[in-house]
Amino acid sequence: MLAIMGTSVDRGEEGVLLRFDAVSFSASSGTELLHRVDLGVDRGAVTVLAGPSGAGKSTLLRLGNRLEVPSAGVVRFKGTDLTALDPQQVRRSVGMIFQRPIPFPGSVRSNLAVADASASDSALVAVLRRVGLDPTMLDRVADDLSGGEAQRMCIARTLLTQPEVILMDEPTSSLDPENRIGIEDLAREVAHEGIGVVWVSHDLLQVQRIADRIEVLIDGRNATPVERVEYLKQGAEGDR
Amino acid sequence: MNDTQIGWMGVTASLVLVAIAIGLSLWQQLHLTRSMLWSSARAAVQLLIVGFALRLVLDSKASVWWAWLWVVVMIVFAGFTIRSRAKEIPGIFLLGTISMLTVVAVSLSVIFGFHIFPMQGRTIVPLAGMMIGNSMTSCVLVGRRIVGELSDKRDEVESRLALGLSWPDASRPYVRSALRTALVPQIESTKAVGLVFLPGAMTGLVLAGVDAVDAVTVQLAIMYLILGSVATSVTVMGLGLTRQMFSSDHRMKPIARASH
Repeated sequence: MLAIMGTSVDRGEEGVLLRFDAVSFSASSGTELLHRVDLGVDRGAVTVLAGPSGAGKSTLLRLGNRLEVPSAGVVRFKGTDLTALDPQQVRRSVGMIFQRPIPFPGSVRSNLAVADASASDSALVAVLRRVGLDPTMLDRVADDLSGGEAQRMCIARTLLTQPEVILMDEPTSSLDPENRIGIEDLAREVAHEGIGVVWVSHDLLQVQRIADRIEVLIDGRNATPVERVEYLKQGAEGDR
Repeated sequence: MNDTQIGWMGVTASLVLVAIAIGLSLWQQLHLTRSMLWSSARAAVQLLIVGFALRLVLDSKASVWWAWLWVVVMIVFAGFTIRSRAKEIPGIFLLGTISMLTVVAVSLSVIFGFHIFPMQGRTIVPLAGMMIGNSMTSCVLVGRRIVGELSDKRDEVESRLALGLSWPDASRPYVRSALRTALVPQIESTKAVGLVFLPGAMTGLVLAGVDAVDAVTVQLAIMYLILGSVATSVTVMGLGLTRQMFSSDHRMKPIARASH
């Protein structure tokens, strides 16, 4: 049985950095992918967004990073509607890590420069250390990094924008178990530093390891309390 | 009849070459006989219509406005041709037409502004035709490359956007690659000119009895103008199309993959 099942750390509105209020989203084909979803992202905590494939978890993250705009409802960052804020600034404050590491062509240094062209060498070394990478990697070709190293570099790249929230869309799905645990630890450290982390996963053992709070999405909507217990129990039984 | 007029007998004689092509097709069972006959007949009809119309437009007594009207028609037709070659790209007709309009405006301003050629019907129509004709293919190529690059690299582009980059910054590396790809063939053909092939204008002038060096200077001017025109059209199409693929709030729109 998942020890964390049903726990929800309520830190009150003042701790909520990002809030999704009755958010709906329809694809260009007209299919509704999200229906009146609510979610609060707390400062300094890992909020896990769990649910089966196709439940709309990734779509919800894209709305948080402003890569999509809701068709109904509001996404708020520190109480302000995202659509009223400068989208570029929103994306720097609400960073996003994608499922598969996406290194840009060139060196690790040039990858980091995309996020902050003015960062000094010492800042680059510091951010690499922060994500557990050797600073000598700065001049390595980014495409030559292993999957785990590349995902850490992507996290370093996002950290350079000094985000207050990081949205992580199944960031370990393409990694081996050792790297998976490493990235989870990194997410927890980042949260301890005060950043709000949203972690999408359907690996319930992983959810148990990292979550401060769990929200379950099913068929593009918040799961009912019964569905939530069923989903998490199902996973717990599968993990035995 | 002077040396440059080949007359109907000459045209008929040159049909021997079409007959050879048909003979080869029959021998090798290529099943292209009908296509060859149709394309030869169609070319004859199209060119004759153009020839008679040009005779009226280029007549020294005709108003130069007829030549400009001809150019406008060419631009619109070029827009339709670009659209027919890249139907999968939304808004390609308007972008293609704007690209061609820009090419004509820039190249003819240079040609007539610097008095490279006199502004007459007999210069306006063929020069505009050459600039448009050469730019059209590059326009289609760059359009397809941009759609291909941005849809293939959508993950990378969105990762850049997710870091807070603007759409021009996020798309720049991929657009740059597409523009280079579209420009390289023209640069290569400019390099090879004279060594590998003798270009059309120069060949035409030499056949018309003009001194070879005089023909070369005309050709050089035209080559440079074509290079400039292709670069202009590729840039206008490339940047215009890229702009169209992003929303004003720096989000990438869904795009259909170009078919090749």
